[in-house]
Amino acid sequence: MFYLDFSGAFARWDVFAHGGLFTIGLSIVATLLGSVIGVIGAAARMSSFAPARAIAFSYVELIRNTPFLVQIYVIYFGLPSIGLRLGPMPAAIISLSLYAGAYITEIVRSGVGAIGKGQIEAARSLGLSPYLTFRLVILKPALAAVYPALTSQFILIMLASSIVSTISIPELTGAANDVQGLTFRSFEAFLLVAALYLALTAVFKGAFAAIDRHAFAFRHTGR
Amino acid sequence: MFQTFSLYHVWFLAQATTWTLLLSVIALVCGGLFGGVITLARVSPIAALRFIASAYIYVIQGTPLLVLLFIAYFGVAFAGYDVPALVAAAFAFTLYAAGFLGEIWRGSIEAIGRGQWEGATALGLNWSKTMRLVIVPQAVRFAIPPTVGFFVQLVKNTALASVIGFIELTRAGQIVANSTFQPLSVYLTVGAMYFVICSILSFIARELDARVNANAAQAGAH
Repeated sequence: MFYLDFSGAFARWDVFAHGGLFTIGLSIVATLLGSVIGVIGAAARMSSFAPARAIAFSYVELIRNTPFLVQIYVIYFGLPSIGLRLGPMPAAIISLSLYAGAYITEIVRSGVGAIGKGQIEAARSLGLSPYLTFRLVILKPALAAVYPALTSQFILIMLASSIVSTISIPELTGAANDVQGLTFRSFEAFLLVAALYLALTAVFKGAFAAIDRHAFAFRHTGR
Repeated sequence: MFQTFSLYHVWFLAQATTWTLLLSVIALVCGGLFGGVITLARVSPIAALRFIASAYIYVIQGTPLLVLLFIAYFGVAFAGYDVPALVAAAFAFTLYAAGFLGEIWRGSIEAIGRGQWEGATALGLNWSKTMRLVIVPQAVRFAIPPTVGFFVQLVKNTALASVIGFIELTRAGQIVANSTFQPLSVYLTVGAMYFVICSILSFIARELDARVNANAAQAGAH
């Protein structure tokens, strides 16, 4: 009958551990770079300079309406034919960051509207310096407004990072591919990796919720 | 030698697009049927069913689609069945779509005000009659825009089926790129085809969203 044999997969726990760390690192780097792109993109989207608006809008629509796999193929397989030969790691980081940047642009754009002009005027009239106004009245509420969407996006980026395994990056899904090639127990390897992704998701969601309660408690005072 | 990327290849890519759309529609229909079951379980008065449905949705939404595809693909082989790539891909995308549609449709059902439930109870309808005659017909209106939006995601995500050997647009692009040695032109063309399809579908989703919200605003909250 059918039997599940996890011994080969468990024996190679170090491959999965390295893959998991790689996934986490890749997701964090891509989210940080994507946030930089997102802030610039949101600023461009809302600027009065029409070409900047057009470029930012096209960028977001292009990334959101094409599959991530095709974006990776364009960057990793397509660019060398015009002379830009990237290794798998730079290609993965660039494509994942561009992917993240498009979604974060939209998140930042919706979050910026959360700060009313009246708040800034009130802060200045209370005698707060421009620096303190920015830190206490603009930055903190803006971060609180985008925090839920941003943390959800991080989880989505972590799940999307599994696709870079197709260009042989040794992250978690790539680790499963390696192990199933060594043990010939494909079903078990991928079941284990699915469980690891669920564990990673749960850990990060818990950490984000804890940060939310601690830093943004003012948003959750009951009414 | 190798071929030059020509309109003949673009026609080949366009034919592969039909397989992309076929897989997306199969996933939407079969995933919709299974997703409907998940939705009913999710809102049922039986706690065990609610738990099983939430667990299923949690697992599907917390696992990368590529891993899900591999599990379904190798799982089908593990169970002893030798199926064509389309069947394996359709099976995997059905599970994926059900997990997301279940959650989307739960939101639509919960958007129906309590007044409807109370009115149904006052008329003597039990849970299943209430769902069938009162709640679901009204929820369908709220469910259509996010479902169309999810269909856009589904069309994009069928690109991953290329990794388990199903010949759709992305895989066809790989084949053409390998035979013409012009990966940039080929993959940009593939991207453009996805862009056209998804832009049209996104536009339809936005229009439906605006129309449903306008109607809901007119009808007022109940």
